[in-house]
Amino acid sequence: EKSKTSFFSKMSKAVAGKSKVDDEVLDDLEDVLVSSDVGVATTIKIINRIEDRVAKDKYLGTDELNQILREEIAGLLSETNSGNATDFTVPAKKPYVMMVVGVNGVGKTTTIGKLANQFKSRGLKVVLGAADTFRAAAIDQLQVWAERTDVPIIKQSMGSDPASVAFDTVQSAVKMDADVVLIDTAGRLHNKVNLMKELSKVKRVMQKVIPDAPHEVLLVLDGSTGQNAFEQAKQFTAATEVTSLAVTKLDGTAKGGVVIGISDQFQIPVKYIGVGERVEDLQVFNKFEFVDSFFK
Amino acid sequence: MFDNLSDKLDSALHVLKGHGQITEVNVAETLKEVRRALVDADVNYKIAKEFTNTVKEKALGQNVLTALKPGQLMVKLVKDELTELMGGEAAGVNLSGNPSVILMSGLQGSGKTTFSGKLANYLKNKKTKKPLLVACDVYRPAAINQLHVVGEQIGVEVFSDEGNQDPVAISKAAIAHAKENGHNVVIIDTAGRLAVDEAMMTEISNIHTAIEPHETLFVVDSMTGQDAVNTAKAFNDRLNFDGVILTKLDGDTRGGAAISIKSVVNKPIKFIGTGEKMDAIDVFYPSRMADRILGMGDVVSLVERA
Ligand SMILES: Nc1nc2c(ncn2[C@@H]2O[C@H](COP(=O)(O)OP(=O)(O)OP(=O)(O)O)[C@@H](O)[C@H]2O)c(=O)[nH]1
Ligand SMILES: Nc1nc2c(ncn2[C@@H]2O[C@H](COP(=O)(O)OP(=O)(O)OP(=O)(O)O)[C@@H](O)[C@H]2O)c(=O)[nH]1
Ligand SMILES: [Mg+2]
Ligand SMILES: [Mg+2]
Repeated sequence: EKSKTSFFSKMSKAVAGKSKVDDEVLDDLEDVLVSSDVGVATTIKIINRIEDRVAKDKYLGTDELNQILREEIAGLLSETNSGNATDFTVPAKKPYVMMVVGVNGVGKTTTIGKLANQFKSRGLKVVLGAADTFRAAAIDQLQVWAERTDVPIIKQSMGSDPASVAFDTVQSAVKMDADVVLIDTAGRLHNKVNLMKELSKVKRVMQKVIPDAPHEVLLVLDGSTGQNAFEQAKQFTAATEVTSLAVTKLDGTAKGGVVIGISDQFQIPVKYIGVGERVEDLQVFNKFEFVDSFFK
Repeated sequence: MFDNLSDKLDSALHVLKGHGQITEVNVAETLKEVRRALVDADVNYKIAKEFTNTVKEKALGQNVLTALKPGQLMVKLVKDELTELMGGEAAGVNLSGNPSVILMSGLQGSGKTTFSGKLANYLKNKKTKKPLLVACDVYRPAAINQLHVVGEQIGVEVFSDEGNQDPVAISKAAIAHAKENGHNVVIIDTAGRLAVDEAMMTEISNIHTAIEPHETLFVVDSMTGQDAVNTAKAFNDRLNFDGVILTKLDGDTRGGAAISIKSVVNKPIKFIGTGEKMDAIDVFYPSRMADRILGMGDVVSLVERA
């Protein structure tokens, strides 16, 4: 495997004092990006940007070049990512309602458990809503997380209407004077029209209690997903107006590069990354660290 | 972004049209597009390169003075090569044991528990077997419950030992239980694990050594990207698995990971998952998968237009 140093040193050797990055280095860069699931279109976009910048300034040093590379890639990650890079706070809306959506098995329920822990440890009063009433033992799973993090959970029986669970949850949260509401939803593939409609309904029903809820729709993407994540972002955005992204399973060898193009195209910020199965394995997204991981 | 491979082939084939023969130059141009399209379909970029090199060799060796035009010829070559690479006849699972022991493996959330249920249901209904499902995921919250719910849905007994943290012991006890109770198939569901998690990889390799399964299956999400090769290779290195299960093909992913996995471990893809329900299981057909990766509906019309 390519190491970070070898790639960067090769890159700088190849451009020092030249006005053009040579093809071999660009091919290498293409390989690094493509093997991180960045995708062909976004990769070409990044390479073109780098070529342009190098052409403008012939006398680039090694450091500047490394910097440009990081900046150009990170630059595609939504601008709204800047600032607040280190905390798990939520805006002062009470209760702040977050609905968590995504395809099957990406890590929605786990991410909710981790978020509950983060918010709670910051002194916020958290309520969970078990609106996945479909998958086998989905409610039990969220219940375990509720117990682990010691926060209340609002649930109904399996097979009940998820919109009704969401409604109940938000209503109870208001009564309980909660600060944050986290709504778990069933995994669904974005090409299933009825299931996507159901999700729009879950969202709408909460608005009967709080007109501007949900304040955040978090789309969870599995970091090992390839180019299909684009379609996921597109369809979930169409159905629920996704406002932020979480990328999970980045403790594995997959790089999650597809979110660069997604963030760029849909202007949705990546907020969190999942780096394990334990309650503490959630981090606030840092785009430079993320980009650096491609070259490791 | 190009939508799919056929779009790309379409534009690439403009290069070929008008040329009377396949030359080194126009093949290279076309194959570059094919390669990029394969990468967009999530075929690993190295494997896509190897693949297009093979197609190139074959293309250049072809006599162009046939009924096919160069464009048609290229489409056919790509499709044939892809189908061949993905394997011949659909392969079933080994049911020669009594009981036949089947071990599931794979990353987190790939669909192991769901597929365990589907397979049990399939063997019960289609092969008149009496399966036993075994809950060896001792980590994931409510994993044991999940398997019990699945077992109830399909009317298959589930063996579990809540509180026991040792999957090796649980699986051995389950096999003993199966023998006593006339179960002729034992399907062992395991926890999801990352290939880089040494402790967890050791755990599953210990289960594997202890129970010597007749069939070890690697369950993989069909939406997986470039990393599929690393994961498949790592699991295969430890388990030397017998087959691959591709899940969530009811989505709209092209599923290029199938090619990557097949190339890197050369094990048959045996079944596909096409939904969350227990009957959403199908045997794997290489040529259908090739069609899917290529967007074949379009490729067929492309050939007709060429
Ligand atoms: N290694 C790793 N595993 C994770 C991470 N996040 C979630 N998982 C695991 O992924 C699997 C699926 O997670 P869930 O939270 O159940 O996913 P989900 O999206 O709620 O799944 P459905 O509700 O079935 O659609 C579980 O085994 C989790 O432990 C992560 O960041 N890293
Ligand atoms: N649409 C669809 N969903 C599937 C398919 N197979 C599994 N799922 C869903 O994917 C999610 C994860 O499936 P599980 O069976 O829990 O996956 P797992 O590999 O056992 O997960 P862990 O035990 O956490 O590693 C669930 O929501 C399943 O319903 C499939 O073929 N199609
Ligand atoms: Mg869930
Ligand atoms: Mg499972």
